[in-house]
Amino acid sequence: MEIFKTQLNLDFVGKRYIAFAISGICILATVVLLVVRGGPNYGVDFAGGVVVQVKLEKKHSPAEIRDALKGTELEDTIIQEFGEKTAFEYLIRVTNPDIRAAGLGDKAQQALSAKLGEKVDIRQVEMVGPQVGEELRKKALYAIFYAMLMMAVYISGRFEQKWLMSAIMAGSLIAAASFAAIVGVGVLWLIFIALGVSIALCWFMKLKYAMGAIVSLMHDVFVVIGAFALTDREVSLSTVAALLTIVGYSLNDNIVVFDRIRENLGRLRKRPFVEIINVSINETLSRTILTGTTTMIVLVVLLVFGGPVIHDFAFGLFVGIITGTYSSIFVASPILLLSEGKTLQAGKNSKPQG
Amino acid sequence: MKSLSWRAGISAALIVIAFVFLVPSVTQELPAWWSGVLPKDKIHLGLDLQGGVHLILEVEVKKAVESYLERVVEDLKPDLRKSKIRVLDLKRRGIDGIEITLAPDQEAKDLETLLGTNYPSFKLETGVRDEKGKAYFLSLLEQERTQIYKMAADQALETIRNRVDQFGVTEPDIRPQAGYRILIQLPGVKDPKRAIDLIGKTARLEFKLVDEENSLEDALKGNVPAGSEILQETAVDRKTGRKTTVPYLLKKRSALTGESITDARVELERMGEPYVSLSFDSRGARVFERITGDNVGKRLAIVLDDKVYSAPVIRDKISGGKAQITGAFSMDDAKDLAIVLRAGALPAPVKILEERTVGPSLGKDSIDQGFTSMVIGLSIILILVAIYYRLSGIIADVVLLLNIPFILGGLALFGATLTLPGIAGVILSIAMSVDANVLIYERIREELRLGKPARAAMEAGFARAFVTIFDSNLTTVIAGLVLLQFGTGPVRGFAVTLIIGLVSNVLTAVFMARIVFDYLYVIKRWKTISI
Repeated sequence: MEIFKTQLNLDFVGKRYIAFAISGICILATVVLLVVRGGPNYGVDFAGGVVVQVKLEKKHSPAEIRDALKGTELEDTIIQEFGEKTAFEYLIRVTNPDIRAAGLGDKAQQALSAKLGEKVDIRQVEMVGPQVGEELRKKALYAIFYAMLMMAVYISGRFEQKWLMSAIMAGSLIAAASFAAIVGVGVLWLIFIALGVSIALCWFMKLKYAMGAIVSLMHDVFVVIGAFALTDREVSLSTVAALLTIVGYSLNDNIVVFDRIRENLGRLRKRPFVEIINVSINETLSRTILTGTTTMIVLVVLLVFGGPVIHDFAFGLFVGIITGTYSSIFVASPILLLSEGKTLQAGKNSKPQG
Repeated sequence: MKSLSWRAGISAALIVIAFVFLVPSVTQELPAWWSGVLPKDKIHLGLDLQGGVHLILEVEVKKAVESYLERVVEDLKPDLRKSKIRVLDLKRRGIDGIEITLAPDQEAKDLETLLGTNYPSFKLETGVRDEKGKAYFLSLLEQERTQIYKMAADQALETIRNRVDQFGVTEPDIRPQAGYRILIQLPGVKDPKRAIDLIGKTARLEFKLVDEENSLEDALKGNVPAGSEILQETAVDRKTGRKTTVPYLLKKRSALTGESITDARVELERMGEPYVSLSFDSRGARVFERITGDNVGKRLAIVLDDKVYSAPVIRDKISGGKAQITGAFSMDDAKDLAIVLRAGALPAPVKILEERTVGPSLGKDSIDQGFTSMVIGLSIILILVAIYYRLSGIIADVVLLLNIPFILGGLALFGATLTLPGIAGVILSIAMSVDANVLIYERIREELRLGKPARAAMEAGFARAFVTIFDSNLTTVIAGLVLLQFGTGPVRGFAVTLIIGLVSNVLTAVFMARIVFDYLYVIKRWKTISI
């Protein structure tokens, strides 16, 4: 069985301006959403606070549960349904930052079972102090930043044999980052500055593969964060794990196409660069679709059967695989063209390697 | 093809090793001969899968410095008296040191000699002489302060370990972290609140005499006499749940502290009420005998963490170094009190920075759901691959399945923890392992389309795809390593499974699948590839 019986020759690169427009809109929408909501919807991991997850025997409205908790420390709370409707699970979120978690589960259980008259199962209690939340947030941002940086370095070294230059880039970036940290710039800005600087560095050093990779990775991270904002999901530690995995997966996709471009640069020396990119995308297309599909099937299974705990994680990965696949075709590869400038003739400054 | 048998041998050996590491996790009881040389560690399940408590505590080390300085102030008093140095004021200033005000007519030299020789942890700073007297400041050296911080954190860790051991948790994980923090993981704890209370209690036990010369009423109005303090006893009526508090006026200075305790155990009264009986060391026993002897008819309060447990009247001199703490205890309360008294007090209070408790029911559901997803997802993939690539697809399925023992065996080998995101990691890395097969097979198809014969197409397919597979897996491993650095608990578990999965992925898809292909198309010389 084959998806494409004959070798396709679709003009992906020709559609790049449409693709750039779509991507631009997605990223803009993310930024607008985040600005309007005043930042991502941080979960207890990053915002700090207490969440008690309870399982009841039948359906109750949040108001009923709040009533039942009157007179306990859990009075001032936000109640949410959690997971499937038939599971009757609820999250009790405590907004008071000074509350102590120890014993809160027991208190919730006593109050609820006394007032509602049914079996109450305390599934999970999570408490993160404000200080730890802040630290975790910082660590998460650094992790995403370093992951992208290391991959950019690896790609420029591997694809353009410019280990020295990529090392210089990494060195100057880390220096810039630590300088900014000393001056006291917030981590978020630090990351934006660093990524901006690294794109500029890639541009001037003509590290086009690294640039394509960084831009498409940023694109993917943005889109996933946007999807979380749009569906009002919480950003938690596992979201960050999902983001880093997506960064890895998306790069994996980029590399397959990049590898083919590099190979075709040697094989089809006379052809214009734009055509080589197109041919390479087409040649790897059935693999791209096949792998994307199998991964997505697995994630859909996780979304349906994996349970509420892992739901957001699977959702993040699911969106990430879609945008990762899209970005390797419509973002990363066309960017190679941009940095190539007007000289569409291949083989001048990019000798095939490997 | 001599190398083929070598490669097949290596593969078989690896598979056997993977299964050997898996055996302890799947069997209930290992045969006796097994445990001698073969691995016996099971795969650890994360707290999110088996339920339990995760805590991050911060040892409030500054409090340890405060109490150290308070002790030095107490020690200084008799020293100054002995050296006949008159001081007007002597008090602690924060965590910086001790302020001393020398009487105006007092010679400064004596003080300087005394402090210079007996208190090497301090630097003496001379202040100004005003009408009240000459001010001195005994400043605690920075390195001493750091030393106290460190010792407090170390001792807190040790004490908590002791308490948890005596509480009886299987496989607790207690380790120090940067910033005087302690990470505690207690898998499978049934009563999280009790465990957390037990761990977090400072457990500073003091015996204090009740101040009977001054009136409690006066003190409650705000006239607390110097050298005394008001502490409360909270009694809970266990039938009605009503709380009552009783205030006491106590001498500030403790007559005896928990440091002198050698043993504490739960015993039962005739009525079946539990109480905690204490044994003192010889010094403690002497002190206790003297105090009780000197204060017959007065009341002695037993104070734990500034809360009065009881304040019985001393009827007689008590010798023999035994005492009892009674109160309206439940059996668990009494047991826990005995544990904390045996394990000793924390050198400084601890603050809970992070607490996550997973109930056993959620953990069980997570395991069920995780494995259901794994089985369903995997089955769909295997069927798809077999349909899509026919015989080659079935070969791919076999090597895909090999990933499972490799990943799980790898988890057991490295003593890693399987978490719920980790199960997702297993599924995901198998899905990504499909990618390696797809890359190879699509390449082989391309080569076949170019008209190459079976063997050449197969060889070119493997060779060309390898570079890509290696690159793409390596970059995801990089992401995994960053995750490993960053994450804790479940996220770390995900990173570990992902990394192991990717390595096993390259091993199975490139190295092991190739053996089968080499056998079919090189040794058996098949002419067509079913792909």
